[in-house]
Amino acid sequence: MSEPTVADTRRLNSKPQDLTDAYGPPSNFLEIDVYDPQTIGVGRNRFTTYEVRMRTNLPIFKLKESCVRRRYSDFEWLKNELERDSKIVVPPLPGKALKRQLPFRGDEGIFEESFIEERRAGLEQFINRIAGHPLAQNERCLHIFLQEESIDRNYIPGKVRQ
Amino acid sequence: MSFFSFGQSAEIDIVLNDAETRKKAEHKTEDGKKDKYFLFYDGETVSGKVNVTLKNPGKRLEHQGIKIEFIGQIELYYDRGNHHEFVSLVKDLARPGEMAQSQTFDFEFTHVEKPYESYTGQNVKLRYFLRATISRRLNDICKEMDIVVHTLSTYPELNSSIKMEVGIEDCLHIEFEYNKSKYHLKDVIVGKIYFLLVRIKIKHMEIDIIKRETTGTGPNVYHENDTIAKYEIMDGAPVRGESIPIRLFLAGYEMTPTMRDINKKFSVRYYLNLVLIDEEERRYFKQQEITLWRKGDIVRKSMSHQAAIASQRFEGSASSEKALSQAKEDSN
Repeated sequence: MSEPTVADTRRLNSKPQDLTDAYGPPSNFLEIDVYDPQTIGVGRNRFTTYEVRMRTNLPIFKLKESCVRRRYSDFEWLKNELERDSKIVVPPLPGKALKRQLPFRGDEGIFEESFIEERRAGLEQFINRIAGHPLAQNERCLHIFLQEESIDRNYIPGKVRQ
Repeated sequence: MSFFSFGQSAEIDIVLNDAETRKKAEHKTEDGKKDKYFLFYDGETVSGKVNVTLKNPGKRLEHQGIKIEFIGQIELYYDRGNHHEFVSLVKDLARPGEMAQSQTFDFEFTHVEKPYESYTGQNVKLRYFLRATISRRLNDICKEMDIVVHTLSTYPELNSSIKMEVGIEDCLHIEFEYNKSKYHLKDVIVGKIYFLLVRIKIKHMEIDIIKRETTGTGPNVYHENDTIAKYEIMDGAPVRGESIPIRLFLAGYEMTPTMRDINKKFSVRYYLNLVLIDEEERRYFKQQEITLWRKGDIVRKSMSHQAAIASQRFEGSASSEKALSQAKEDSN
């Protein structure tokens, strides 16, 4: 009968954790809310804007708190910029709803409350997924989208350096 | 097999001399079933008897010779026609003639070289077997008996730990450490993951063991990856400064020793894959190769290695204090 081997399962030595690290605020705080849809304009020139509010402690973002108004086509602009410049697989946007823009509908089309709510939720999920992606966080188009009052479509694409 | 009831046929049976005492080992067959076969090691003699039993008593069996072969071969599934034999020994048991009654023939292959371990994989099979053949004009009568070969190693002299710092700049920095780079099949992987910077939202972390079988050469190389184990080591979001321990017992998983470029035909290598998953199901991973080897079950004469570990566990720092006091005495 052979002797059983004593397996050495002792833990490897580790540095003890600093209490400020253990109980301090996490360094990965990032929250983006898309809310308060407002329909602006009259008749056929109406469009809906949403408030995009961001709170974060990630050092890559210049402002730790920002609040801007964006419409659906702004989100489309961001998606196209990222698909061209960044290496990430860009998540899908909620649908364009072209059918809803046709005339002779019984309801309000794209200004229907339930549709706006559905779109708002989809946009919120979209922007949170992108902003949390390490390979998209340093794209200038994302920073313009989240933190600049208005989007300069003639900006120079590139990466933000810390 | 002959369908004609006239003419003679025979049954062959191969029996090893040490069939009672020799150990059997479980080995997976090509269709996934597990079977037990006699276990041999490199250099061992393969000896036994071949029983030839005539089917129709009274009739004679005409043959062109009876022989037994010991064969070690590599079979690539995509190229079944070509068997690559790396061991091929033959012993003639009977010259061409007639057999009037059932007979038994002795054979012995002395100190046979069995350089590689038996392996049944996704695209390749390495096997050893005895094959007894009665040669005849129209059709031969054949019997094969598979055996299993294990290759043993001893504790490697050099077995450095694997320690590395990896990450994504400004997002995630970790330092991981595994206590060894070479593990035996019943070993324990002891390690730790230390978080230096965490700016992503991690949901959980796991260690996977991946087996990669590589067949073919040059432009026709084909890799087959198989995740043998997935072991969660952390659930929840870590912060900077946290250290997560790893203790993974290998005995619970079906693995083979690492095989590198066997007869220039195939390789079987193992990798530890450290995987972190964030809240958006994004996966961050780092793969590291480990070498697996098979330890013999023989009682070790020198127990000093085990005794040293056992005493360290129970005494704690007492042994280092002893060494310190001894050194002080020596210097005085």
